[in-house]
Amino acid sequence: MSLPVPIAVLDRLMPLHVILDADWRVIHAGPTLHKLAGGLDLAGRAVCDVFQVEGQRPRALHNLVNRALSIRLVHGMQPRLRGILLALGDAAGGAHILNLSPYITEWKRLGAAELSLTDFAPTDMVAERLYLIEANSLAMAEANSLIARLQGAAVTAEKMAVTDTLTGLHNRRALEQAMHRLIDRAVPFALMRLDLDRFKAVNDTHGHAAGDAVLQHVARVLREITRATDTVARIGGDEFVVLLNRLTSPPTIHRIARRIIAQVERPVPFDGRECRVSTSLGTTLSTHYDRPEADRMLADADKALYTSKAAGRATHRFWWPANGAGPPKDEAPG
Amino acid sequence: MHGLFNRSLQRFLVATYGCDMWDQVVRVADLDAPEFEALLTYPDKVTGDVLCAAARILGKPAEDILEDLGTFLVSNAPSDAVRRLLRFGGADFNTFLLSLPDLPDRARLAIPNLDLPRFRLEERENDLFTLECTTRYPEFCHVTLGALRAMADDYGVLVSLDLALQPGKGACISIRIYEACHHEGRNFSLGLRSP
Repeated sequence: MSLPVPIAVLDRLMPLHVILDADWRVIHAGPTLHKLAGGLDLAGRAVCDVFQVEGQRPRALHNLVNRALSIRLVHGMQPRLRGILLALGDAAGGAHILNLSPYITEWKRLGAAELSLTDFAPTDMVAERLYLIEANSLAMAEANSLIARLQGAAVTAEKMAVTDTLTGLHNRRALEQAMHRLIDRAVPFALMRLDLDRFKAVNDTHGHAAGDAVLQHVARVLREITRATDTVARIGGDEFVVLLNRLTSPPTIHRIARRIIAQVERPVPFDGRECRVSTSLGTTLSTHYDRPEADRMLADADKALYTSKAAGRATHRFWWPANGAGPPKDEAPG
Repeated sequence: MHGLFNRSLQRFLVATYGCDMWDQVVRVADLDAPEFEALLTYPDKVTGDVLCAAARILGKPAEDILEDLGTFLVSNAPSDAVRRLLRFGGADFNTFLLSLPDLPDRARLAIPNLDLPRFRLEERENDLFTLECTTRYPEFCHVTLGALRAMADDYGVLVSLDLALQPGKGACISIRIYEACHHEGRNFSLGLRSP
């Protein structure tokens, strides 16, 4: 069967088509293709002056009848187009029709052509495709901004956290808050710093999981030996701080320190083996200062801790205002 | 109610009446957070509380606020997004009306849990349509009325619209087209926008 189809019908159904005569010259171009070519009159031009066939090697269009094509319009917006080339039959005197459609990836480039829905057949999926792209990118933008806000909230929450996740002890932020509370209310207290001995060896020999088990063991010891009103914090890898509330008697504090050392030194079973660490301690008292300051007290307790380490580890030293770190008063000579 | 509705309402109130008015709404409605998230879902009561608060503060019926919201979404929203998405429905106003029954499914392609009203369009006579909106949220019907008014203007068409609420079901909007080319509509170019 053969149908004579008016050009106006073709223009409406396939606004991106071209009719080519037997010599492969353009007889007619559809209205939207005309637009994409920048308004250029394509009639009379040789097909190779209008389109460039894409492929592994350039081929003449007439070898590609009845095959899906990828070509580029060489005029105007120069969009990449997909298409199909078909013979119109003997009655048409060897003419061909090439119908085209822009690749979806070309739509950014085609923005300048000011195409509207009337430039496409109402049956064309182009409106659906573009609708989807716009709707999805809007939804994605909302989702991304929601994720960014949630991420910000998570970071804030982390910053506001006051607990060390490994040991459940307070962290440095909580420690500072607790010290400021004691100082503001002029509550006397002792600040004790601990640093584990031989911790690095445990990590190196038995691995980080063993190290974590040791840290949890130390946290347990500190919680057991201190009272509920005291503050226990882990402020670094193997560094701990204990605030002893309303306790400034050096002999009592020294006894507590000795108990801590003894308990910490108990072997920690891990994976069928035993891990052993010890601890050095340094303490300062809020009563040493006219106006106690958190940073100053932490630094002074650290000096006493350093003296403990230098004295052969597994010991406890106080910091004294007059002569710096020294042995605890009850052990001090004279 | 979907957060997109609450978020749109918030954006409309802030853009039209200012941040102070919105702060007042937050206080009067006793909202947990001062901002709605477009992709979360909120209890229906929250939307009602916001509308009641806005109506009290503005001394204006909630229905009118919702209708203004519909118009705002199409004509004034800074992103132009809703207008563009609706314009994909058709090259002219009549085709656009015919596309409305597909709208809820189309919306769900982008936002799967968005429950727009179900639309049924009937052509009563030449240039007289009735649009049945079936929804459990009567709020949507008033927004639809405002949006339709703005879309007619966008296409350059002169229409009169009439809304009859059907309690518990939704509403019926009658649409009479007086002049299909009353004025030049706004341009709608297909070129992709970057959001």
